[in-house]
Amino acid sequence: MNNSTGGIDRVAIASWIENGASVLDLGCGDGALLLTLVKDKLIRPQGIELSDQAIRSCVAAGLSVFQQDIDTGLAEYADKSFDFVILNQTFQQVKQPDYVLREALRVGKKVVVGFPNFCYVTDRLQIFFRGKVPVTSSLPYQWFDTPNLHFLSIADFTDYCRKRKIKIEHAYFFAKNRRVRLLPNLRGEIGLFLLSK
Amino acid sequence: MESGEKLGQVTLTYETYGELNAQKSNAVLVLHALSGDAHAAGLDKEGVAGWWDNIIGLGKGIDTNKYFVVCSNVLGGCRGSTGPKSIDPKTGKPFGANFPLVTIGDMVQAQIRLIDHLGIEKLLSVIGGSMGGMQALQWMVAHPNRIRSAIPIATTLKHNPQQIAFDEVGRQAIMADPDWKGGNYYGGKVPARGLAVARMIGHITYMSDASMAEKFGRRTRENKEPFKFGADFEVEGYLRYRGDNFVKRFDANSYLYITKALDLFNILNGHQLSDVFKGLKAKVLVLSFKSDWLYPSYQSQEIVKACKLAGMDASYCELNSTYGHDAFLLETQQETHLIGNFLKTVANGNGNGDHKP
Repeated sequence: MNNSTGGIDRVAIASWIENGASVLDLGCGDGALLLTLVKDKLIRPQGIELSDQAIRSCVAAGLSVFQQDIDTGLAEYADKSFDFVILNQTFQQVKQPDYVLREALRVGKKVVVGFPNFCYVTDRLQIFFRGKVPVTSSLPYQWFDTPNLHFLSIADFTDYCRKRKIKIEHAYFFAKNRRVRLLPNLRGEIGLFLLSK
Repeated sequence: MESGEKLGQVTLTYETYGELNAQKSNAVLVLHALSGDAHAAGLDKEGVAGWWDNIIGLGKGIDTNKYFVVCSNVLGGCRGSTGPKSIDPKTGKPFGANFPLVTIGDMVQAQIRLIDHLGIEKLLSVIGGSMGGMQALQWMVAHPNRIRSAIPIATTLKHNPQQIAFDEVGRQAIMADPDWKGGNYYGGKVPARGLAVARMIGHITYMSDASMAEKFGRRTRENKEPFKFGADFEVEGYLRYRGDNFVKRFDANSYLYITKALDLFNILNGHQLSDVFKGLKAKVLVLSFKSDWLYPSYQSQEIVKACKLAGMDASYCELNSTYGHDAFLLETQQETHLIGNFLKTVANGNGNGDHKP
């Protein structure tokens, strides 16, 4: 999981989750977010994750986790199986984000999506002045080893939601571990959305 | 018995390791696979280690410091529990092929009696691989109130045609042996060739292409026989050795009965996948192995799917190994870690479920 936000995204996500909710975290890593939510919101957690090491950490922490691919792991769930489905910093890494988000909105009553904004001011400056693909705290990878498959901006995403008739219930934007309110597509390094269908 | 037939008094051979606590809340039932027995851990009188000795013991994954571990030989087996080679009280002779058909459900029913006898109301966990995994699934469905958790490993909700086919070839090998004599061979020559061939086929299905290549390659044996079709390759010698060895400790009729029980097992039994685990409170850990082609991961994922549909508190991990189906007995480092930690959370009661409002 990307920690460039210093955990402020976790606090924001927790503010949206209701007490005792059932939560499916797609790409839950070692389960840090789920454990925060178990502690603060008494949620019923379920993770889906690929990494062997992360799976072992989750089981050791007592979290329920399935070692599966997010791209295919949702099809087996019935509609509205969870109160919340979370795609935090994994949305841009799945093969078919359009399909996965549609599935997440089917399986969850509400969906949380968080991703790095590719049109953050630092990214723009690096592209413009250096003529190189940006490497920043929220996009820390080189082009040849990045797990990110899709590059999108906050504006791209809000456009997309409008076209797909996905309701944005709430959103937060962050940069350098602080909340950004003004001009998020330029000044926001991370976008975090609460969605429903 | 599920077949409707009756069996009089039944003997179950079992071993236990560790101490049952005062609340009787730390009992773990370990369930063996096709050719296993009650000797799961420690050394027996002949100094032979139990079949899961690397998982069960002091400080191991299933830690006998903390847990009271029980393992019994299955009904229909030949390692101390009542099976086809036992004496039929009606005739005073071994049952042979007159032994009633045994199912996985019957095996678990017998285990229930044992757990009752030990005064255990609720097991901390039922754990097993392959046929042991089927028994774990049977516990989940038939006796959900008697378990707090289950760990089905490298197993399936039901055999696919390929699995049935391999079992059938094994059974045919036994029944084609003239020494089988319709199952009434006790007191005379046993169908050794047939049972050995059945075991050889079994062994092939328990390994993988990669593990066989690693273990044998195309290496040839030093002491070649003058016979044209002798065991020239190491792999041939190995299979013959394992086949012959198996005959010394296993009864051919038990092999027939138990493989039949595997093939007949179908936990769905007319139910929808979404209903099979409905309302189940037990916490479940499903494990499979990447190179296992006899019980491939997709079969474990079917179990996971049923867990998802039932909204259960479940985890699934596909472990890396080249050992094939045998991995659950051999590739135990990750397995130990996962089982140990999983049991700890169940025992401490700090799993997911305890936060339910």
